[in-house]
Amino acid sequence: MKTSFLRHRLSSALAVVLATTCASPLALRAAETAGELPVEFAVLTHAPHVPPPIGRRHPARVIVNLEVKELVRRLADGVDYTFWTFGGEVPGMFIRVREGDEVEFHLNNSPDSKMPHNIDLHAVTGPGGGAASSFTAPGHSSQFSFKALNPGVFIYHCATAPVPMHVANGMYGMILVEPKDGLPPVDHEYYVMQGEVYTAGRYGEEGLQPFDPAKAEDERAPYVVFNGAVGSLVGDNALQAKVGDIVRIYFGDGGPNLTSSFHIIGEIFDTLYQESGLAVAQHNVQTTMVPAGGSATVEFQVQVPGTYILVDHSLSRAFNKGALGMLKVTGPEDKVVYSGKEIDEVYLGQASTAGSDASKREVALIAERKEAIASNPQIAGLSKEIQMERGKKVFLSACFACHQPDGKGLPGIFPPLAGSDFLKADKERAIRIPIKGLSGPIVVNGKPYNNLMPPQVFSDEQIADVLTYVMNSFGNEDGTVSPADVKRIRTQTQ
Amino acid sequence: MNVHLRRFALSAALAFFASVAAAQPEAGMVLIPTGPYAPLLVGKDDPTTVTVPAFCLDVRPVTNADFLAFVRANPKWRRSQLGPLFADPGYLGDWAGDLDPGARAPLASPVVRVSWFAARAFAAWSGKRLPATAEWERAASAGFTTTDGEHEPAYRDFVLDWFGTKSPSPLPAAGAGRPNFFGVHDLAGLVWEWVGDFNTALVSGDSRGDSGIDRQFFCSAGSVGARDTANYPAFMRAGFRSSLRASYVVPNLGFRCAKSIP
Repeated sequence: MKTSFLRHRLSSALAVVLATTCASPLALRAAETAGELPVEFAVLTHAPHVPPPIGRRHPARVIVNLEVKELVRRLADGVDYTFWTFGGEVPGMFIRVREGDEVEFHLNNSPDSKMPHNIDLHAVTGPGGGAASSFTAPGHSSQFSFKALNPGVFIYHCATAPVPMHVANGMYGMILVEPKDGLPPVDHEYYVMQGEVYTAGRYGEEGLQPFDPAKAEDERAPYVVFNGAVGSLVGDNALQAKVGDIVRIYFGDGGPNLTSSFHIIGEIFDTLYQESGLAVAQHNVQTTMVPAGGSATVEFQVQVPGTYILVDHSLSRAFNKGALGMLKVTGPEDKVVYSGKEIDEVYLGQASTAGSDASKREVALIAERKEAIASNPQIAGLSKEIQMERGKKVFLSACFACHQPDGKGLPGIFPPLAGSDFLKADKERAIRIPIKGLSGPIVVNGKPYNNLMPPQVFSDEQIADVLTYVMNSFGNEDGTVSPADVKRIRTQTQ
Repeated sequence: MNVHLRRFALSAALAFFASVAAAQPEAGMVLIPTGPYAPLLVGKDDPTTVTVPAFCLDVRPVTNADFLAFVRANPKWRRSQLGPLFADPGYLGDWAGDLDPGARAPLASPVVRVSWFAARAFAAWSGKRLPATAEWERAASAGFTTTDGEHEPAYRDFVLDWFGTKSPSPLPAAGAGRPNFFGVHDLAGLVWEWVGDFNTALVSGDSRGDSGIDRQFFCSAGSVGARDTANYPAFMRAGFRSSLRASYVVPNLGFRCAKSIP
């Protein structure tokens, strides 16, 4: 913060003097002879932080000093890995310049490095993106310059053979070339990069893990992580915002191989700039695909407090390989935008095991619910018309075979239901017949019958419905039968 | 090299037996018999395998003690005496003084932070020469127990582990590592090593014009024309060599000497 303040306030001459303590002699020499453009030193930041906006409305000669360091770092709890880094962390340090700036780049390879390294910045127009000019043995420094012609958000990476290994070991980062007029102000800017790590051991296997070239060739990564390690953006390291803030995330995919399905659980990207460009915006995007060696810029306002999860929505990577991050939003609730949980109740579904406590409770609940419905025709929608309609279906599924579709029965064999004095005389007996069946001699409308009707396998509701139908059809006009009536009679007869 | 190749193509077997009979390797060296070397990077018309004539190779890298004897005898190669043309600043940078390796450069450890010029001068002084890339790679292509280290899993893992591990400081003693099939120590696992023709790491010195491959070893240029893109150790060595210039001094770069068979 202090550095940015100084950068904005001090003259370029002062800035050069200020930087003499940390700049290489080579950089200083170049700075002194730069000519007409004002000279300044780029502010570089480690992820997830982003250097402050340029604020300048004129081009400058910007000096970037980036040191390559090879070092052992935590990949996951109990798991270490020898990372090769631009600036000591993964991803590499974020570089921010302005369209039209002339960038003087110094790549310094630490004397402790085992490998030669270089840098290919996708923001560079020229063969190799600077790689050929920045190839640097351990303990050496290379300088090259380029003009930032194209505004956008660009990846940089090491391009030394074997390139997939150098990238998989953490050698990627981002450079933002601000458009001439800058970017709209937001409340927070964050820097997140995805990358895979090809360890010899499986996910979570403890100890210092070597690189596995066979897994890299097959693109079988045990780890897919944000910002260089499992858990680099969770807990105390989570991204932060307050309700109402607008958040901008520069999201890059270092690869080396996998394309990201970048998504934030619980947020919609109000604005998305796909790929590198910042000119064309897409709105209301749920998930955006970010290619290996590519980037996306997303902006969204946070309306509701809580924790939002950044994921690669290719979900095994998120939940089995580490590609998870968090954005924590604090502030007052907005119950209209999001209510929080309103009801929490038992849902037993269809899958309870017979005999289990859950299934017993389920049976009890079903009975309770039926009772409540039966005792309240209004809730049940149990009008006579509905019962008649349902009862007709029951009648036509069984009863009509003997009593005939018109309810007149067959003389001497099956007694009639139409205009039946036997039916009308005793409602409880009428209910009992389909439950228990009926045999032996009876007299209906003055004519004798002696046959057998077996018990019917109908539910209480079905019996109530079919009796209501019969008692109000074929010229009959009588009352209704409720499931509760049937249940009572059934209980009595058993 | 081509002269050698032609000679051995004519009478390889004869030359081999004659040379073995003629020269027992001197102390501290072993004979690497005539054999094949498959260059990592080959042009369209280049042979995929070349024959490397028998030669003698130091069993271990040159140590600080060895190099101390050299600078005692040759004052102009002492740290304070050497001009910038022949070594960058930092030459023998771990040493405590001109004639005092000191604690950071134990006598038995390999000498590092020496330029190609200094390595070559040492070799000449000791009656030897720097190995050619083909010779060095031929010797290093052997594993612990076979001549084909690339397909010897334990050896390949050993080599890859070293690439992914920081070098200890100070460096361990030279010659302490497990010898390879030819009896040579530390071709992997200790330090990088200069070769006489390090600056021809990519195909050949004049290949740029006709093959279109950039001399610099980056991105796809590094794998265009590669014989075996899966041979990571060979890639890394080729990459390392191509990052060097003759005046460079690098903290984990040493050398060893070779000798032709008369």
